[in-house]
Amino acid sequence: MNTLIYLIPIALFLGGIGLVAFLWALKSGQYEDLEGASWRVLDDGDGKPEKK
Amino acid sequence: MSCCAPGTEMALEIDRAGQGLPTSEELWLTSRSLGGGLRQTDLSVPGVHCGACIATLEGALKARPEVERARVNLSSRRVSVVWKEELDGARTDPRELARTIRARGYETHLFAPGEEDGDQTLKQLVRAVAVAGFASANIMLLSVSVWSGAEAATRDLFHWISALIAAPTLVYSGRFFYASAWNALKHGRTNMDVPIALAITLSFSISLYETITHGTHAWFDGTVMLLFFLLIGRTLDHMMRGRARSAISSLARLSPRGAMVLDADGGREYRPVDEIKPGERLAISAGERIPVDGRILVGASDLDRSIVNGESAPAPVKAGDSVEAGTLNLTGPVTIEATAAARDSLLAEIMGLMEAAEGGRARYRRIADRAAQYYSPAVHLLALMSFIGWMFVNGDFHHAMLVAVAVLIITCPCALGLAVPVVQVIAAGRLFQNGVMVKDGSAMERLAEIDTVLLDKTGTLTAGEPRLVNGQDIQPSVLATAAGLAAYSRHPLAMAIHDAATVAPVVSGEIREIPGAGIEARTEAGIYRLGSRAFACGDAGEASGQSETILSLDGRDLGCFRFEDRLRPFARESIEELGRLGLSTGILSGDREPVVAALACRVGINSFKAELTPRGKVDECAAAAEGGHRVLMVGDGINDAPALRAAHVSMAPATAADVGRQAADFVFLHQGLNAVPMAIDTSRRAGRLIRQNFALAIGYNVIAVPIAILGYATPLIAAVAMSTSSVIVVANALRLRAATGNVAEEARDGQAPAALRPVGNAS
Repeated sequence: MNTLIYLIPIALFLGGIGLVAFLWALKSGQYEDLEGASWRVLDDGDGKPEKK
Repeated sequence: MSCCAPGTEMALEIDRAGQGLPTSEELWLTSRSLGGGLRQTDLSVPGVHCGACIATLEGALKARPEVERARVNLSSRRVSVVWKEELDGARTDPRELARTIRARGYETHLFAPGEEDGDQTLKQLVRAVAVAGFASANIMLLSVSVWSGAEAATRDLFHWISALIAAPTLVYSGRFFYASAWNALKHGRTNMDVPIALAITLSFSISLYETITHGTHAWFDGTVMLLFFLLIGRTLDHMMRGRARSAISSLARLSPRGAMVLDADGGREYRPVDEIKPGERLAISAGERIPVDGRILVGASDLDRSIVNGESAPAPVKAGDSVEAGTLNLTGPVTIEATAAARDSLLAEIMGLMEAAEGGRARYRRIADRAAQYYSPAVHLLALMSFIGWMFVNGDFHHAMLVAVAVLIITCPCALGLAVPVVQVIAAGRLFQNGVMVKDGSAMERLAEIDTVLLDKTGTLTAGEPRLVNGQDIQPSVLATAAGLAAYSRHPLAMAIHDAATVAPVVSGEIREIPGAGIEARTEAGIYRLGSRAFACGDAGEASGQSETILSLDGRDLGCFRFEDRLRPFARESIEELGRLGLSTGILSGDREPVVAALACRVGINSFKAELTPRGKVDECAAAAEGGHRVLMVGDGINDAPALRAAHVSMAPATAADVGRQAADFVFLHQGLNAVPMAIDTSRRAGRLIRQNFALAIGYNVIAVPIAILGYATPLIAAVAMSTSSVIVVANALRLRAATGNVAEEARDGQAPAALRPVGNAS
């Protein structure tokens, strides 16, 4: 019973992190182009940061 | 990644480079200013489909000096380009961007602006889904502990924590249902959201009561899970809702704001169109639209009358001919006498027709709405009856209430709420992959019902644009010179030459356009003439009937450019396919009878109507509807727009006039006409799956409801029953993915019969 005092808040906290992470990802446009992202991983590019 | 090796498509694409590209003005108007001299343009590129395409396109665009950033979005098949307005003092031509994309072998179009501007409601819904998902997962964890035997104080603690999670979730995620239910009740109606709102409120209240009184069963998990599933359905449904369209406003943009009025003593005054009265004389310069219906007094020109008859080939006009409002004066200045005020002229009539044409869209009630109409009273009645029934049986208010809540939760339209939107979203995804954009989920329901397909001719059955057919036979230097001259004209044939040439050197010298004849340039090398054979070479020559343009130097024939308007790819096969699907086909054209008859014969359509006005097309649609037919109208022009609205459901190619694209329910992005039978077939499949899903959802209720009414439904049973039924419905919808072949991919290989096979098997 005593362990519940730690475990329940931990469970909620971890779940909360997941929720916040999802909302952040949504807001920052991570879901805009799922198909494209899966291809871009394979794109080697030239190793330099994109020109500004 | 070799699926789209650029080389293979290049050869095919080069000779039509530039065809159908949006004009510079359009691109400027639709681009967004980002400040700091930067503008952003979003272009639809239906052909991108893998990583190599991304690299090719982004590489090609970024290599251009004016391009600041370019990013391809593979999911929405778009590329957004940020470019500098000015480069070294010269104004950038955004058409070069489109041309760059085209040169790499990809088709590109503008999509109607504002079509998918950041949808706020959708974002709110997705956030609500996330919150409900979080809450339902955590409450479920606690509930599983309770079901596995947590007792007394532990159980109460878990119930209390569940209540603390559920309460804010209900407010945050449930607000959509509460708002909608309240809205319906306020207007004395009921909708699917009324039982939902009632069920979640009642079940939460009774659970809270149980928690306070140390009861064994609390329904927090069921409540929040219900919310979660329903919100998923609602979000998908929202994605499929048609957005408000601005077809009429984009039509109004075609109407000139004013015109130069000439008074009796030769004075000129610019007046708004509304103040132009019949009998007044107006000066119209080349490149302007005719503001009101009138008759030409002085001058000759070529007129783009596509708004009247849908034809792209310009009609030569001379003094005495009558002209319609909204038509575009292409080559020479003319003076016209107004014969009607702006509100009585053709453009106003088309706008009026658009407003009047209600079409299938307005009359049609979506399947989900029709189901809700019967469903929600039934559910309420059932819950009420079980409450009254149990009150009679044992008079235990508390028990009767618990049973009533269980009935409400179990019958809550979880599976029903998912039944339609899941199928439609998957079907729309399938269609999109095959190059068809769905603007409204209900359009797929309507498309499944049609029995007649009416097609426009120019631009729909044909590609609608003159295309240079003998580009390879002409010396590059001749083509370049011709392109340099053609740049001075707005004549479609001149534009086709200009588009076909990769370089168009500036021709120095005195250049003038002779209306109805061609372009003449006096240069050091001699007099260049580009135009009809009679104009360029001075002799009538043999009239080939085919559209042709000659470039001559001092009367010497340098090159002959031939054009033709070709059939859309797969036009014939698609018409046959429509016949196999059991649909009757017909042509509605504004063109002359013999031309239409010849084309009808070529594609194998027996019934056709020629020389129809925009109103005539609407009347044809209305007549068919009156005869009990449901019509799919496929058209592209401004003259088709009212008919697109009036038909039960409508479709337009991406190359259509803006108004046509806005008015249509579907837009097909690829060239091939086989998109039409493919869309019909997919919609029919989707319709079948939706009906199956309804059957599954009702079957589930038939089993689950008696259990709930008899009082055997514990929260555990409710949770299992609800999730199983939802999963089954979603799994059934997913079958659509496996069933439909990828028509566009196969069409690209140019194998007509193979491309159509998946559709054929389906019928």
